[in-house]
Amino acid sequence: MDKLWRVSSSPHILDRDSVPKIMRAVVLALLPALGGALYFFGIRALWVTLVAVVTAVVTEYLIEKLLNKPVTIKDWSAVVTGMLLAYNLPPEVPLWIPIIGSVFAIAIVKQAFGGLGFNPVNPALAARALLLASWPIHVTVFNTPPRGGTLSGIDIITSATPLNVMKQSLQVLKNVDAYSIDKVNKASEAIIQLHASYGNLFWGKVGGCIGETSAFLLLLGAAFLLYRHIIGWHIPLSYIATVAVLTWIFGGSNGLFSGDPTFHVLAGGLILGAFFMATDMVTSPLTPKACIWFGIGCGVITTVIRLIGGYPEGVSYSILLMNLVTPLLNRLRPKAFGERK
Amino acid sequence: MLGIRRRTFAGGVYPPEEKSHTEKKPIEEMPPPTTVVIPLQQHIGAPSEPIVKQGDQVRIGDRLSEPQGFVSVPVHASVSGTVQKIAPLPHPLGDQMLAIVIENDGQDTVTDAIKPDENYLALTPDEMRQKIKEAGIAGMGGATFPTHVKLSPPESKPIDILILNGAECEPYLTADHRLMLEYSQDIFNGLKIFQKILNVKKTYIAIEKNKPDAIRKMEEIAQGNKEVEVIGLKVKYPQGAEKQLIKAITGREVPTGGLPMDVGCLVQNVGTAKAVFDALRWGKPLYQRVITVSGPGIQKPKNLLVRIGTPFKDVITFCGGYTETANKLVMGGPMMGLSQYTDEVPVIKGTSGIVVLDGKTSPTVEPSPCIGCGRCILTCPMGLVPTTIAQYVEAKNYEMAKKWNALDCIECGACTFVCPAKRPLLQSIRLGKYKIQTLNKKAG
Repeated sequence: MDKLWRVSSSPHILDRDSVPKIMRAVVLALLPALGGALYFFGIRALWVTLVAVVTAVVTEYLIEKLLNKPVTIKDWSAVVTGMLLAYNLPPEVPLWIPIIGSVFAIAIVKQAFGGLGFNPVNPALAARALLLASWPIHVTVFNTPPRGGTLSGIDIITSATPLNVMKQSLQVLKNVDAYSIDKVNKASEAIIQLHASYGNLFWGKVGGCIGETSAFLLLLGAAFLLYRHIIGWHIPLSYIATVAVLTWIFGGSNGLFSGDPTFHVLAGGLILGAFFMATDMVTSPLTPKACIWFGIGCGVITTVIRLIGGYPEGVSYSILLMNLVTPLLNRLRPKAFGERK
Repeated sequence: MLGIRRRTFAGGVYPPEEKSHTEKKPIEEMPPPTTVVIPLQQHIGAPSEPIVKQGDQVRIGDRLSEPQGFVSVPVHASVSGTVQKIAPLPHPLGDQMLAIVIENDGQDTVTDAIKPDENYLALTPDEMRQKIKEAGIAGMGGATFPTHVKLSPPESKPIDILILNGAECEPYLTADHRLMLEYSQDIFNGLKIFQKILNVKKTYIAIEKNKPDAIRKMEEIAQGNKEVEVIGLKVKYPQGAEKQLIKAITGREVPTGGLPMDVGCLVQNVGTAKAVFDALRWGKPLYQRVITVSGPGIQKPKNLLVRIGTPFKDVITFCGGYTETANKLVMGGPMMGLSQYTDEVPVIKGTSGIVVLDGKTSPTVEPSPCIGCGRCILTCPMGLVPTTIAQYVEAKNYEMAKKWNALDCIECGACTFVCPAKRPLLQSIRLGKYKIQTLNKKAG
């Protein structure tokens, strides 16, 4: 025999898509929202994001070197984690906050469990939860005026976040007797104003975290991910629809069906969470059907936190909690071809 | 059953088709090689036993072996000459198998056993099956199940739909495409034989829509036969897989672990139809077949009519040899084909093509952990969860792998093709199937 050929199990050709390509596409899809943050919040948003990303990548590199594991920073997943963490922080956060967050996300949540593919929960969201629990004041500085001004020239963001206003106003309206007439009037005024501000919510002229303000720019990125088949419609749609329906039914001050679903969908981190974080491949379920249950679960928990819980926003906790349910949902075996149930 | 029928199945992938290299090239007859290597087993079932010995003179079409039992077929000489040896030699399906090596005398003397029969349609179904078995015909799409067995469904499973499979969904392969263009009448006559044997009226000829000329040609031939319908199928891999084909055309789902006959269907490859016609009309046993030789590792891609037993290396030399970048030799298409460690293996009855790939089309990849994207699930035509099955197999938990329907896997490779983490999913699942079956045997 003159020559021995290379052999392997079929198939012998493979699709060109790969993990790094997927991660790079996610980064690309997140960029429009960063542009929006720069426009509305100023250059500070960029610094926070860069610090989070660089820390995440460096942490991953150091840990893998230290543990003598192959270095995987080229797969871009640490970049995604860093970006998502920054997107969940307010622009005026002190810079040591994203550093601690990224180190925790990569070292503890991701690498301690074995790296990409083995993390039980979304690293960026777990880090945000840690930061929120440890430095609640620092990570909710929504009312500091942007240092150095903004491109847009507006400092709309010096006010409290819309969800906060909504929560406080509703509290007042639901217990009218306990508050002065003046307070009640102000609360209804505030709610009317919020209702009139859908445009601002949609385009991003509102206070909030770096990545979560402009629904429009996030949807732009999400459309790209849907088109590239990197995310499916199952989780975002079931998640957002659940929040919309539940807030419509239970979210108002005049009994059932008086809530404002449009507001709840556009405000806060729902769009960012539903399209970019709940869809995280590693921590979301495998099958389309399980993904729909996952989305509904996220929606229920988000609504419960927003309407009843102590926080104005519930997106990140709802996703974290559902991440923990993912292994259970992955035990739902779909019906096989030709199988009768 | 009314309603809109989708002419496809759920799942599947879209690999590059790569058919343009050969789809316009007419079938060329390759001159017989100096020696042929004819393995005694080229079908699924019991190997046949040799009835010739070293030094015997044989002619083209002479029977060389005796089938062992019902699920077995004989092999025939594809050249005239001397039996050089009968020895275990490398087989394209792996390992070594007993094969008869014939030195070609260059005379191409044909056996007098080959007798044309104009009135072949007057034969009874049983006589037809017997002739098909004697001609050594086994499914030519690649599965190589003895055709006479497939044409003998038990009475409890009546067949009401016959499907002629010309889907040819594997990339690069165009042999069936060319057959349908150049031998459409023979294929149609073969179809008539199938209809007679099975007593079936409704017949579909299924062709992927990337072969519009073949669809037109078969429609022309079938004109005036109301019971025959030519169907253009969505171009998607594995559209030509039996169960997926039946689902696409009839909407019927072959039950898990079952056979097409469980839903009243029977699928035959177009190449098999031609072979069956040749056997009954011309008395010709299966000693040659059409193959596609293609891929970036081949100098001059061709569609060839070759003698069974021709070593791959002779075929490749006839196609101008390898290119410099050639680095993987595959029998069959790149999705389901078997890679070969040597080009000394012969063309057998189930060889639909020889595809030679290079480092670019078939790169060596390093798998990374599963990121749970779920693409393997979306593409699995059998509705399985490949990544979960593979993980159970890797953990040696064959019981759970079985519970997750590992045995339903048709090994099409779609999951592995799409996996962005480049995990060898099918390899693991195959191992799992093997382990489950051996454990079953031990337990049984």
